Amino acid sequence: MTDIIDVSIEDELRSQIRAVAASGAEIEIIGGGSKRFFGEPIEALPIDVSGHSGIVDYDPAELVITLRAGCSLRAVEDLLAQNRQMFGFEPPAFGAEATIGGMIATGLAGPRRAFAGGIRDFVLGVKLLDGRGEVLQFGGRVIKNVAGFDVSRTMVGAQGTLGVILEASIRVVPLHQTELTLVFEHADADTHIRWINQLGSEPYPISASLWHDGTSHLRLSGSEQGVHSAVDLLGGEMVDFDWAAVKEHRHDFFDASLPLSRVSLAPTTPDILSGQAQLIEWGGAQRWICSEDDVETLRARLADQHGSLCAFRGHADSVATFQPLPEAMLRLQRSIKSSFDPAGIFNPGRMYPGL
Amino acid sequence: MSTPRREQLAARFREFLPFESVVDQPTSLAAYECDGLSAYREQPLLVLLPENIQQVQQVMRLCHEQRLPVVSRGAGTSLSGGALPHAEGVVLSLAKMNRILEVDRLARSAVVEPGVRNLAISEAVRSEGLYYAPDPSSQIACSIGGNVAENAGGVHCLKYGLTLHNILALKVVGADGEIFEIDQRSLQSDGYDLMPLLVGSEGMLGIVVEVTVKLLPIPRCARVVMGVFDSVEAAGDSVAAIIAEGIIPGGIEMMDNPAIRAAEDFVHAGYPVEAEAILICELDGTEEEVLSQIERVEAVLIKGGAVETRLARDEAERLLFWSGRKAAFPAVGRISPDYYCIDGTIPRKSLAAVLAGVRELSEEYGLPVANVFHAGDGNLHPLILYDANNEGELERTEELGSKILLLCIHHGGTITGEHGVGVEKLGEMCVQFSDAERNQFHALRECFDPLKILNPGKAIPTLARCAEFNAMHVHAGELPFPELERF
Repeated sequence: MTDIIDVSIEDELRSQIRAVAASGAEIEIIGGGSKRFFGEPIEALPIDVSGHSGIVDYDPAELVITLRAGCSLRAVEDLLAQNRQMFGFEPPAFGAEATIGGMIATGLAGPRRAFAGGIRDFVLGVKLLDGRGEVLQFGGRVIKNVAGFDVSRTMVGAQGTLGVILEASIRVVPLHQTELTLVFEHADADTHIRWINQLGSEPYPISASLWHDGTSHLRLSGSEQGVHSAVDLLGGEMVDFDWAAVKEHRHDFFDASLPLSRVSLAPTTPDILSGQAQLIEWGGAQRWICSEDDVETLRARLADQHGSLCAFRGHADSVATFQPLPEAMLRLQRSIKSSFDPAGIFNPGRMYPGL
Repeated sequence: MSTPRREQLAARFREFLPFESVVDQPTSLAAYECDGLSAYREQPLLVLLPENIQQVQQVMRLCHEQRLPVVSRGAGTSLSGGALPHAEGVVLSLAKMNRILEVDRLARSAVVEPGVRNLAISEAVRSEGLYYAPDPSSQIACSIGGNVAENAGGVHCLKYGLTLHNILALKVVGADGEIFEIDQRSLQSDGYDLMPLLVGSEGMLGIVVEVTVKLLPIPRCARVVMGVFDSVEAAGDSVAAIIAEGIIPGGIEMMDNPAIRAAEDFVHAGYPVEAEAILICELDGTEEEVLSQIERVEAVLIKGGAVETRLARDEAERLLFWSGRKAAFPAVGRISPDYYCIDGTIPRKSLAAVLAGVRELSEEYGLPVANVFHAGDGNLHPLILYDANNEGELERTEELGSKILLLCIHHGGTITGEHGVGVEKLGEMCVQFSDAERNQFHALRECFDPLKILNPGKAIPTLARCAEFNAMHVHAGELPFPELERF
């Protein structure tokens, strides 16, 4: 069990941001640095925010934890587990140094995402430093709150381009009583996609799904009774399976010598990547490919399926990380960026030009 | 009274809308003067009822050109005045766009127009074994477009989420008449996630013209257990104890004695009228799962001081237990000439303190208050009983309501859990948010609507409005709760 360091450097960070804003410089916000690979490279002055750490409030019966953004993700997950709770979105860490701020900024969720919700769905409030060095708070510590625009959830996946996240209140969920994995043979991706979506029409306690190389894995989580009655109905073979290896990209599929892309599609979309080695998660919505194929060609194939491709890791610098946005949407998003960060000092170009 | 301005605009809109889709007669306009918050009324210049997306775009282009304020309206059930008309603007009613366009059983989703009623979605897909989870109490009448605008909740939010958590895609007509889409069926968004901004934006960022909702499989089994308590504190603590057991009930609701009495008088649900509080706890899932959870919940309730627990014997009795809770508002309406519904949310641990505070305020103002409480998620609905015919009583009621909301902020909560700010809670927004935070809201609004024609004057107060509110509520330089912690 790692301790969570309790230090506020809010005042220092605020002075730092104000000085940067006054000088016309640009900064790269760095927490643990574990997800620095994710997004366009940033050429700006790095500012380490991981020293802003500590539990602001945690009462397990409220199902909410409020944390400073520099808290170690691993230490927080340990603390939650001690109280028989967890983050429902099963965030990948991609390194022991991962922080809560980085988790929110990158918005990356794990195998449970399709069945429990994403980080966005669990964030209840955020305190941030905007580009003027002002401290702003949005949302709060309660589950239901419709006062003002829901700015706090918009910070999820914004890659730090809207401000420095100082604190966040996040909803937590109880640990499941029991959890097990079933395995099924499904020769091709389309069979898996149809099967997993059909299962969704029944109230099975599914918490993760995966297809790779002719095999589907299905994780069930819930009460003893609920899980075991589902096993009786579903059949399949019970196996040990390392879901954390999938989450952290340690599974054999993730071949570090090849560029890794994440294809996102409506879950029932038939397999349009056949011929590629794939790992399919999230009930069909998230399809990983390790491939040297040209990203723009792949993106063109996805366009009429409302899909998108993220050049996740290991691609050439010339490849845009994120699916390009329509021009009008990019304009709107740039204006949103300017409203928080008028001088464009935070993580310039991390997502798109001007964003 | 018909004015030249009204006539001239009606003619312009009739260039592309059917004659009857432009309401310009004062007698017909009267039906749109208010929403569910009937204390506020205003007559708009016109009411427009487009029938398709193209007509909505044409309406917005003309409004944009003319800089006409546009108040969009679904079923008009808002309890915060979100659909209150603007005297110099138009009401854009989406009521005619009420078709379910597509149900995709495999994807468990439906594409619907904004005027479709909340309950109509679940009714349409019931034969597929599916339903749409968010169930605001007004679900018979309220429309999905309004639900999106308000991020509507309901009694099953703790387990199944708010509107935000049950929407997969939106098609929106922007202030300039152009369409933009937010499509998250793939569970990813490129760039900033605009869904949480749009959902709950009270009609200020765009006109929602198509909604793709998520459908869930109907649970195999749902049972309700009622806990009867002789103190509200014990009932509140029992909610925390159930959650500490690792159980997330499908719904968990609390009512205090005045609410129990009113509901029992009205629907005869068999509620114990002597009880200080009851908890209605629904558990859903597979039969085995529910039976085991019922046992654990009953044990928690007894240990927490329940004088009695009652298990609904069958589906009919389950619905009966719920009927009292769902009818709590109209039930209170029967025992009082008027009632005013408050919508604060608090951390559950503050329940006893907040209810004690509400009781004190109720005595101070001489106005009775009945409380219903979405106990799982901390959303408190005090219902203030008053008589609008008594000189000044509405004003005193509003003042009492405002003090209750400030009490919620004081205890780390918020001024609105699910009803929205509308025109009703603009003053309290000045307390919950700082100048800089409110400026950020205004700046965001201008990203979507630079001319500020969408629902102007709602949801986000101006600096001037806040100066006025604070002048009235700040005494000797101090806010009502000087030690106030805003979150």
